[in-house]
Amino acid sequence: MYLDNSATTQVSEEVFNEMEPYFTQEFGNPSTLYKIGRESKKALDLARQRVADAINAKPEEIFFTSGGSESDNLAIKGIAFKLAKKGKHIITTNIEHPAVKNTLGFLESLDFKVTYLPVYEDGLIKIEDLKEAITDETILITVMHANNEIGTVQPIEEIGKIAREKKIKFHTDAVQSFGKIEVDVEKLNVDLLSLSSHKINGPKGVGALYIKKGTRVVPLIHGGGQEKGIRSGTENVPGIVGFGKACELASQQLEQHYEKLSSIRDELIEKVLATIPEAYLNGDRENRLPNLVNFRFKAIEGESLILLLDAKGYQASTGSACSSNTLEASPVLTALGLDPVDVHGSLRISLAPESDEFDVDEFVNVIEESVSRLREMSPLWNQELDYDGVMCKKHDDCRLC
Amino acid sequence: MDYSEKVMDHFANPRNCRKMEDANGVGTVGNPTCGDLMTIYIKVEDDVIQDISFQTFGCGAAIATSSMITEIAVGKTLEEALKISRNDVAEELDGLPPIKMHCSNLAADGLQAAIENYYENNQ
Repeated sequence: MYLDNSATTQVSEEVFNEMEPYFTQEFGNPSTLYKIGRESKKALDLARQRVADAINAKPEEIFFTSGGSESDNLAIKGIAFKLAKKGKHIITTNIEHPAVKNTLGFLESLDFKVTYLPVYEDGLIKIEDLKEAITDETILITVMHANNEIGTVQPIEEIGKIAREKKIKFHTDAVQSFGKIEVDVEKLNVDLLSLSSHKINGPKGVGALYIKKGTRVVPLIHGGGQEKGIRSGTENVPGIVGFGKACELASQQLEQHYEKLSSIRDELIEKVLATIPEAYLNGDRENRLPNLVNFRFKAIEGESLILLLDAKGYQASTGSACSSNTLEASPVLTALGLDPVDVHGSLRISLAPESDEFDVDEFVNVIEESVSRLREMSPLWNQELDYDGVMCKKHDDCRLC
Repeated sequence: MDYSEKVMDHFANPRNCRKMEDANGVGTVGNPTCGDLMTIYIKVEDDVIQDISFQTFGCGAAIATSSMITEIAVGKTLEEALKISRNDVAEELDGLPPIKMHCSNLAADGLQAAIENYYENNQ
């Protein structure tokens, strides 16, 4: 049972079928004038319309990219470079996806100033903090719509309203929220919005940036002038076709999926918290995606839990440092103010609407067994421990690394 | 994480994982902040490790190395046991992912700490 749909999703059959002809038969370059070129151009136009419809935008406001990371880069650097003469201050949060966080880090190296708004225990920012952070130099606010690790949904509408009053450009990374909850660029008051295809049963390697009419960005990729010069390079036609189809399906099924997923999510939260001692939910209980939950369990380490769950046929993920390539604990969970030990014991479960055979009771039993087993092995469970606090270099004076 | 079959076996079926009530040497190393904490218990008679067990909070590698060292060290004299290195443990497990070699490969340190504790208790 695949429970890591926030990482990526399976391409749906309808999407794949729609893409298939564009690999081998309709292979034309959309910039060319003869028939197979025109066919590709038509397919691009349709996909653009479908993406636009899904977020209540106009097709000319949709710019195809290689995915969520590129969209974030284009939005943030594109605005920063465009408006640098006006000011060099950008506001964000301390739980952004690395595609936003590291892009801002790069801009800091170019003398831009970035304010990182804190989130509180519920994983949400406070509007008051945002208001206080705005200066005359502020050119951009970028706040993610829903968080990829804990699933909390930020008050984007309200932030957008403030940004508009102050005439500051506003970008949101909607990669996780798109297809799960309503994403309407008009209601959200955004100027730029990032989308990704592979999180909504579309192919990998394609995404889009919504750029509100009248908002100008500097392109990152220069070349043949595709995408109105904002993103050069021959278009990934099969990918874009698949993305368009995935958008259409996601919009059609949004309400139905929301009902289904949120009811499974609620049952899962209720049963895990009731069955397993010292189990907690990370992030706000209410303002969250229908498909994502993040728990933490005292006195166990997440990578071990993932391995045990995998052995039982469930694929999920953790924010534990031990499972990351950098051995760094999840900055998102750390930003919630959690003890580093508790960050290690986190488990992220992200559901798919097509998971009809998912049995919550059975899964909760497996989590319960696995957590108990690791706790039986753990010297931290139900024991007062006197240990020699050697630590790794990442943590003060550890001598292990 | 790309673990060897042996690591996965020791993780899934850990040997000698229990608290030892009548241990005469106990060593705890690591730090839960880093994600790994290990306690090694030994029972020494006539300078020989008669019984050894562990409790570990940590990743797959941390649990597997703890389990493995109990198999390597049992029956060894204290002098022999002190010579068991981190590399010995990793080699017996057919290797560890490079990133895990330092942080999770704590078992040799844990055993040394338990032996030091035994010496302190029995001076």
